[in-house]
Amino acid sequence: MKISAIPAGELDRTKELEEARSRRQAGTRRFAAALVALSLGLVLSVALATGIGRMEVGWETIGAVILSKLGLYAPALDRTTEVVIWGIRLSRVVLSGLVGACLAVAGVVFQGLLLNPLADPFTIGVSTGAAFGVALLVMLGVGGVFWGLSPLPLGALAGALTAMVAVMILSREAGRIRKESLILAGIVVSTFLSALISLIKSLDEESLSAIVFWIMGSFSGRGWIHVGFLLPYGAAGFLLTACHSRELDILALGEEQSHHLGVAVSRVRLKLLLGASLLTAGAVSVSGVIGFVGLVVPHLMRMLAGPAHGRLLTLSAFAGALTLIWADVLSRILLASGQELPVGVVTALLGGPFFFYLLKSRRSRGMW
Amino acid sequence: MVIRVESLDLGYGDRLVLTGLDFLVNTGEFVGILGPNGSGKSTLLHALSGLLPPKGGRITVKGEGLGSLASRLRAQILAVVPQSAEVRFPFSCLEIVLMGRYPRRRRLGTLTDEDLLMALRAMRQTTTAHLKERPITEVSGGEGQRVVIARALAQAPEVLLLDEATSSLDVRKKLEIFEILKILNKARSLTVLCAMHDLNLAALYCRRLMFLKDGRIIKDGPTDEVFTPDLLQEVYETPMEVRWHPVYHRPYAVMLPLTLSPTAAAADLEVARP
Repeated sequence: MKISAIPAGELDRTKELEEARSRRQAGTRRFAAALVALSLGLVLSVALATGIGRMEVGWETIGAVILSKLGLYAPALDRTTEVVIWGIRLSRVVLSGLVGACLAVAGVVFQGLLLNPLADPFTIGVSTGAAFGVALLVMLGVGGVFWGLSPLPLGALAGALTAMVAVMILSREAGRIRKESLILAGIVVSTFLSALISLIKSLDEESLSAIVFWIMGSFSGRGWIHVGFLLPYGAAGFLLTACHSRELDILALGEEQSHHLGVAVSRVRLKLLLGASLLTAGAVSVSGVIGFVGLVVPHLMRMLAGPAHGRLLTLSAFAGALTLIWADVLSRILLASGQELPVGVVTALLGGPFFFYLLKSRRSRGMW
Repeated sequence: MVIRVESLDLGYGDRLVLTGLDFLVNTGEFVGILGPNGSGKSTLLHALSGLLPPKGGRITVKGEGLGSLASRLRAQILAVVPQSAEVRFPFSCLEIVLMGRYPRRRRLGTLTDEDLLMALRAMRQTTTAHLKERPITEVSGGEGQRVVIARALAQAPEVLLLDEATSSLDVRKKLEIFEILKILNKARSLTVLCAMHDLNLAALYCRRLMFLKDGRIIKDGPTDEVFTPDLLQEVYETPMEVRWHPVYHRPYAVMLPLTLSPTAAAADLEVARP
């Protein structure tokens, strides 16, 4: 019997390169298509969501108000209509979209960094930490607006980082962070801080509904000023994470291999954790604790676009925005009495079953 | 000279695993690191890859202290194939191999044709070209290991460190990998350091062997001189014979049953028998 030598690789090399290149281009086209679809969906959703509410408003009116505000068109408009559409509804839709984007992107980062499919700002306690930071500042009487910025997101950031450190320490066993204990520690820290928030708010003699709205998240009564509070934190967080998407891919292989491939592991990880915390803190400081968006959206997008983080981050931002815009619409219209639900109730109702499915399917497949 | 190790002490916590190591590795050497389980082979490779900071002494790579080398620069010189490389995210095998280009790509630059070419060549060399589009989570252990070797080759390193990298592969695949290493070693003077258990594979490909035992290097020299029955018996505490292949003129070890030299363990077994 003749034993062949190593295959010398007689393949046509240029053909192989062309093939690999065109495959990659096809991937890029799919991504671009998904992006276009999501952006169209987003524009459409913003318009639709703005139209939904107790006051009936026609399409032309919404268009007219937006165009006039952008300085493109100056029709004679009813002052009330203008305030309702621009000042109340559109600002709220934009804010919920931004918060959704922030939470989804933070979820992608936490899942990738912690190598944990169940990680998101809510399940690892970071959101509640941020909410606690804000509640504490409010109780101490720190507030107000300076140059269009609020100190509250800083309190949220401090709370988020503290909660994260606490959860990491709690879930550490023999120098390693264990996956199951991470979520457990997250829930413990989160529950404890929720109780503290309730206590603080009660001492501050706030109404029960204010507490619930803070712990379960809500966009009720939010406007453009809050969009302004969130934007710098959201932008900084997104830039920080997007610039390190390639490192995020490699970090998903684990610490050791990342080191071998030339990633400065501790420094990059710190930057990414800071980025995700900025996003969470910004989101929580304007809306309270909204769970599950950061958990479900990254998973759906990973199924759609694969695990490469550059694309995943972008798609998740768009999809997160879409999800929370509609969740907020539901929270506004679900109750027949016309009262609002906390938006976190809606996301939990939708996301809870998904969380359950994840736990089950991960067990059965023995992988993530 | 590419690696210089001076009075190196290595360990974890308070426990020292290796002490007083001194050796040089020149460009183009093919070194096998041998020794029984727990003798510190992996520890030494962890230190050489910069993962484990030394407890004492220093490691110099191309004239620079390993610890002060920037991560990306270090990864341009040193590539590592770990013992096992589990990946949980379903990246395609080509994506995994392309990650090997990370230290050579511009910070935010796009992927160039050269990156793609290097990755494809590395996959051909490791006979993994057919796995390009397969998710790494769905290939067999041996295939996954070859993909990781391809990733290390895509780094275009000057030194390749292998930690039991071929232990999970079958005979043919083992030899294929080592043939590639031999070619790269000869043609492009790639320096190879591999920790291994397979004595005969080491004797077949490594031109220099380093034996670790009891926390130090007990022998370091050209394979033909140090691959002797006396040394192997001392290192592995196992009766061995060394023969030379009549045609290929390479030494190979034959292990003999332990019963030839009854040990205390064997005596215990006798007692335990009813």
